[in-house]
Amino acid sequence: MRQKVDTGYFGSFGGRFVPETLIHALEELEENYERYREDPEFVEELEQLARDFVGRPTPFMFAGRLTRKWGGANVWFKREDLAHTGAHKINNALGQILLADRMGKQRIIAETGAGQHGVATATVAALYGKECVVYMGEEDIRRQAPNVVRMKLLGTEVRPVTTGARTLKDATSEAIRDWVTNVEDTHYIIGSVVGPAPYPRIVRDLQSVIGKEIETQARERFGADPDAVVACVGGGSNAIGAFHTFVGREGVRLIGVEAAGRGIETGEHGASLTEGKPGVLHGNLSYVLQTDGGQIREAHSISAGLDYPSVGPEHAYLKDEGFAEYVNVTDDEALEGFKACSRLEGIIPALETSHAIFHAEKVAKELGPGKNLVINISGRGDKDVAVAAEALGVDAQESEEVSGDG
Amino acid sequence: MTGSERLRAAFPKDRVALMPYLTAGYPTLEAAREVGEAYIAAGADVVEIGVPFSDPLADGPTIQATTTQALKNGADLDYCLDLASGLAGRVPVVFLVYYNVVFARGVEEFLRAAEEAGVSGLVVPDLPADEVGRFAELCGEYGVGLCPLAAPTSTDERLAWIGKLATGFVYCVSVAGVTGARDELPPGAVELLRRTRERTDAPVALGFGISSPEAAAEAASEADGVIIGSKLMQLVGEGGSERAGDWLSKVREAIVGVRQELHLKNQDQTQPLSPEDGG
Repeated sequence: MRQKVDTGYFGSFGGRFVPETLIHALEELEENYERYREDPEFVEELEQLARDFVGRPTPFMFAGRLTRKWGGANVWFKREDLAHTGAHKINNALGQILLADRMGKQRIIAETGAGQHGVATATVAALYGKECVVYMGEEDIRRQAPNVVRMKLLGTEVRPVTTGARTLKDATSEAIRDWVTNVEDTHYIIGSVVGPAPYPRIVRDLQSVIGKEIETQARERFGADPDAVVACVGGGSNAIGAFHTFVGREGVRLIGVEAAGRGIETGEHGASLTEGKPGVLHGNLSYVLQTDGGQIREAHSISAGLDYPSVGPEHAYLKDEGFAEYVNVTDDEALEGFKACSRLEGIIPALETSHAIFHAEKVAKELGPGKNLVINISGRGDKDVAVAAEALGVDAQESEEVSGDG
Repeated sequence: MTGSERLRAAFPKDRVALMPYLTAGYPTLEAAREVGEAYIAAGADVVEIGVPFSDPLADGPTIQATTTQALKNGADLDYCLDLASGLAGRVPVVFLVYYNVVFARGVEEFLRAAEEAGVSGLVVPDLPADEVGRFAELCGEYGVGLCPLAAPTSTDERLAWIGKLATGFVYCVSVAGVTGARDELPPGAVELLRRTRERTDAPVALGFGISSPEAAAEAASEADGVIIGSKLMQLVGEGGSERAGDWLSKVREAIVGVRQELHLKNQDQTQPLSPEDGG
């Protein structure tokens, strides 16, 4: 009788809760990943592309004006927004396309919420000459239109998903259904540290380059580990990427920021870790927003990338073990973070990232001057200008007044 | 007799078992009961009841649409249990339930309630052999038959594992894909049935995509049961329980002779181990 080699669990979270049809593909993926992760040729190809194609290492920037305004710890930005395609998502997509290529898969599928993972996948599919289909909720297609156009320009087919709330959860379900149906010739590039094992571990490993670079750059710039690392959490891949190097390290606070949407009390939010309870969605056991009867609830966030009713199982583990703290930030607060970063630092951040920026002010004040806080600027906000303009335009008078330093 | 014994005894020796599926609470809470009645009247050997879930990963558009409607109608787990107990006195009932619904209720409490309602078996499509561990033991304690999925992509080694776990029947998925009506039986289906049968003493049923009496008859030559879902839900949607029941009667006619012919040719080779034979 076959026994499990790698359980695919993080504490009691994770696992492989998928139909039998997919098990073979997951085992094949796991075997190939184990085989190639330390293969010198694979590593060299990945490192070369990370450097020449993605632009790694991404810069580490002192955010001087935010530091002065908040009056607390020194604020540093890890500039994942400067990675090719505009977000950290490319780190994962690139590693996975190399794997898919070695497994001989000619067709690539992906789900996307904000469209950043869809664009990253479309990009690497173009680079490797693969057929690519991206599933995206109709609601997200509407609010992230620029990314839809980018995917199409890259030769990818964007399939609108019209079930449920027409957002990331529904797109993920459709991508899994496609994979079940076309599993022989198709590789599913999942976009976050979610899904069935071994995905959460593979995506974490590929994203952990962020934290490794932070460690090196922090030592170069201020000669120590950061006192805190703050990142937004939807599925949680940019946060795991930034945290992983520092998990369990004394003196480094790891803080994940979820979407409180219209406010936790309204029930319209995406705060799975703080408001959900353990459950199974999309192949793993983690914290899930659900009814008492186990039906999955719709999430809500102004940012499509945080609009997801579950979270990567490793975050569930980090939370329960006390390795990381998790908080949440509303749509309106995120917009404040968005404005502050745009006007004081000349960087228009993604709405997802804006959640982390808003909360970082509190952390900077808690830590106090002389300490060092790193915000993972997971993505740039070009895709969000329409949504942000609409939301901020509601109070046009105020935006006139709050020019300059505010 | 435990639920799993009752379920195994429902597979006739001389022909393939007819196993229609219905989504609990579709098209309405009341009408779903009529669908169950129509299935029994048409000669169902086992009735499979789908417990609605918001994110049914293994289901195609037809069944997704029925579960969405059923949830709107208020078909919660207690309703499903009540629906099951209304049918279970006359025909073994199997639940098709996604794991989160079980998990949310609490595994033991779910099994206790299922047993009380007379549910004989469970198909949990997102609980593969790798994750089934303690759940299988508890199913054993409550006498509820576990009916794991086998897929064309399953290796022989896994089929042996799955076959051993099946205290109910093995649910062979005819095709790599989701549920949904298809024109003909996929070529890999018969091969999967053969590979599975060689590795288990549990009855072997075929499902996913069986949508004509002809396809059912073809499956009947190798399977111990045929599970029909999407086609019936489509018919219920179009013409209610009556239309679905009439069509199911035709399927029954088509499959009745098949196994007898085969049986004469092959003698006992294709027989599952039924409780009368084996325990």
